[in-house]
Amino acid sequence: MSKRRIAGFLFCITAVCSVIYSCQSENDLNYARYYTNGKKLYDLHCQNCHGSDGQGLGKLIPPLTDTTFLKKHKSEIACWIKHGVSDSMLVNNVLYASEMPANPTLPDIDIAALVTYITNTFGNNRGLYDVNNAATDLKPCIISK
Amino acid sequence: MNLRLIIPVSCFLFLSCNQKSEKLPILGNREAVTRTVDGKTVTDTIYQTIPSFSFVNQDNKVVTEKDFRNKIYVADFFFTSCPSICPVMHRNMLKVYDKFKDNEDVKIASHTIDYKYDTPEKLKEYATKLGIEGNQWEFLRGSRDSVYTLAERNYLVAVNEDANAPGGYIHQGWFILVDKQGRLRGAYDGTKEDQVSKLMGDMETLLKETDE
Repeated sequence: MSKRRIAGFLFCITAVCSVIYSCQSENDLNYARYYTNGKKLYDLHCQNCHGSDGQGLGKLIPPLTDTTFLKKHKSEIACWIKHGVSDSMLVNNVLYASEMPANPTLPDIDIAALVTYITNTFGNNRGLYDVNNAATDLKPCIISK
Repeated sequence: MNLRLIIPVSCFLFLSCNQKSEKLPILGNREAVTRTVDGKTVTDTIYQTIPSFSFVNQDNKVVTEKDFRNKIYVADFFFTSCPSICPVMHRNMLKVYDKFKDNEDVKIASHTIDYKYDTPEKLKEYATKLGIEGNQWEFLRGSRDSVYTLAERNYLVAVNEDANAPGGYIHQGWFILVDKQGRLRGAYDGTKEDQVSKLMGDMETLLKETDE
C-alpha cells in the first residue's frame, strides 16, 4: 500500500515537472523565435541609424542602451517603430530632436519581434514581447494618429 | 636559361612585386603626353586630378581646393536628413576622424547633395551634434550642378535626386581617398567596417609616400 502511494506520488511529481518543463521550453522557444526574427529585422530597418551595438550616433541619433528609458517607455516603442517619432526625447541625459522615420507597412508580429530584440539586447533584459502585446500597445496610437 | 640567371631574375621580380604593394594605385582616367626635352622625346602620364572648386562650409566660410593643397583627404557625399546609409557612413567616418584628429596633413570633405535644405547653419548643427569641432572635417555646400558634376565626373560617385527614394536623394556610400596632388588613390565602401579599416591603413601608407 505504502509502496503504491510512493509510486503514485513520484508519478505526480514527474508529471507536474514535465508539464512545467515543457511549458518553459515552449516559452523559451517562442522567445528565441521572436528574438532571432527581431535581430534580422533590426539589421534591416534600424541598424543603419542606431548602430549594430545600439550605440546611436553622437547627439543626432539616440542610443538604445538607456535601460531605464526603455523600461519606462516599453509600451510606446511599438508605436514609435510603426508611426515614427517627431517629438524630442531625453535619452542618457541628452536631448535628441531629430525625426525618426515611420515603418507603416510592418505587421504587428514584426514589430513585436523588434521590441523583443531591442528590449533584450544592448544591456536591456525585459523578456518576451509578443504579438498580443504589440496589438494592445498599437491600439491607442492608431486612434491618436 | 641557366640556373645562374633564373635566381637573380626571380629575386628581382619578387622584389619589384613587393615594392608595388607598398604604394597605392592611382585611379581614374589618365592620358599620355609626349613632349620634347633637350631634343629627346619624353612621355609623361597625366593622371586625373580634382579640379578647382569653391564651396561654403559649416562656418559659412568659402572653402576651395587650396584648403586641401598638400594634404591627403577623404571625400564623401551625404545629406543631413538622410535616413538610409548616411548615419552608418558617418559613424565610420568618425573613426577616421578620431584616428587622424589634429593631423595637419589630413582632412575630410563631406559634400551635401541636398543643396535646398542643408544650409551652413544646418551643416553646423549636424557637425556639432556629431561631435566635430574646427575645420579638419569640412561639411560643404554648393550649387546642385557644381556638387553633382564634381561627384560624378571627378570623384566617380553616383548621386541624384529621386522623389521616390527615402529622403528624396540617392547616392553611393563611397569614401574617396585623394592624395596631396589631388589624384584619386582609393575608393572604399563607407558602410562597411572592414573597408573603412583598410582606408585608415591606406591613409598611413599614403602619408608616408614621398613626392616623386
